[in-house]
Amino acid sequence: MMERSVVRITINGELVEALVEPRKLLADFIREDAGLTGTHLGCEHGVCGACTILLDGVAVRSCLLFAPQAEGREVRTVESLAARDGTLHPLQRAFHETHALQCGFCTPGFLISVLSSFEQHGPPADDHEIRELLSGNICRCTGYHNIVAAVRLYRDRLAATA
Amino acid sequence: MKPPRFEYHAPSTLAEALGLLDEHGDEAKVLAGGQSLVPLMNFRLARPDRVVDLNGVAELAGLREEDGGLLIGAMTRTAALETSPSVAARAPLLRDAVRFVGHFQIRNRGTVGGSVAHADPAAELPAAFLALGATFTAASKSGTRTIAADDFFWGHFTTALQADEILTEIRVPATAGRGYGFAELARRPGDFALGGVACVLGEAPRVVAFGLVARPVRLASAETQAAGGATADGVRRAVTEEVQGLDATSDLHAGGDYRKLLAAELAGRAYAQARERAAA
Repeated sequence: MMERSVVRITINGELVEALVEPRKLLADFIREDAGLTGTHLGCEHGVCGACTILLDGVAVRSCLLFAPQAEGREVRTVESLAARDGTLHPLQRAFHETHALQCGFCTPGFLISVLSSFEQHGPPADDHEIRELLSGNICRCTGYHNIVAAVRLYRDRLAATA
Repeated sequence: MKPPRFEYHAPSTLAEALGLLDEHGDEAKVLAGGQSLVPLMNFRLARPDRVVDLNGVAELAGLREEDGGLLIGAMTRTAALETSPSVAARAPLLRDAVRFVGHFQIRNRGTVGGSVAHADPAAELPAAFLALGATFTAASKSGTRTIAADDFFWGHFTTALQADEILTEIRVPATAGRGYGFAELARRPGDFALGGVACVLGEAPRVVAFGLVARPVRLASAETQAAGGATADGVRRAVTEEVQGLDATSDLHAGGDYRKLLAAELAGRAYAQARERAAA
């Protein structure tokens, strides 16, 4: 089926259906067909991490999947983090407060990666583990210090409210 | 940067997948986790006419203990090796090695069989399986065969697998109680290694270097030294001599001479770690 086919993917709780070629990357499906442009494409070969999304709850690179591979599955993107009234997710608030972004291009990938890692591996114990957690995402502005600080702040607030 | 056009097949059984390969031969490429193939397609370095996606073939996924060792389905996600109690009990070398494979987002999608079949010379899992003396099962429409890890890795991205074959499972023999060690050096966590060594002791010790030449290689001198109960320095010296004549990989990340030094040093470290564990 080099021909286009209908692909249906649930993105942030809403079913998105589009007629696409099999070579369409999931990242492009999310941006072009679902109109959700929060997921960014940096390197398009799995290195930079900007396109990281959750596929059935697990963090993966959306530039390394073809859209038909996500047929019938659940995708979550950065747009699902803030409340509908614009209230930021606690992790977004931590990024905001610690100046953990400058141009912001990489931020969606960082946010998804951090949330997913907390879920999958538990909160990082120390700065070394935070840096390890962040190592699959590249930021060219911040020098990472403030991103590490944001994750620390988010972790400590989570622990305080637990 | 977008992949070239291809026809997409999503079989739900191994038989169906093998039928597709039999029919289309070299035109078809098997897609596992896609963490190596899809970048190559995005760069248009790989341009398969057909992609046979194994992600829907449930029978290829999952791992279990067998005969005191492990039986690992080729489509088992790399991340499963990190947390599986069976891996920790039966082949803890894999648990140590897998932490160096890419980043967690890559391990969530990448597969154990995909790493083996792709055979990147700097990849951790092929070296670990070679050190463990694993065997690989390859299936084609005409039947199945098993290939020892020693005979499987031929060179850069080249293995004993034929175009109509699919790697279906990996058998890791029992090595419980034996000392094991793993050491690698990369510029950043998650990068491909500049070099690394995996080591499993016992009656016939196996010491494997990766990132050194075009495929993971056993270091005979280190194995002889290890069998004789040498010190880590003895292993370093022996490997230093053994690798002299090798045509080591040289690229922008590191020269061949550096990679040889690295192999000797890391062989010493992996062996020291293995000895400590064997004594414990």
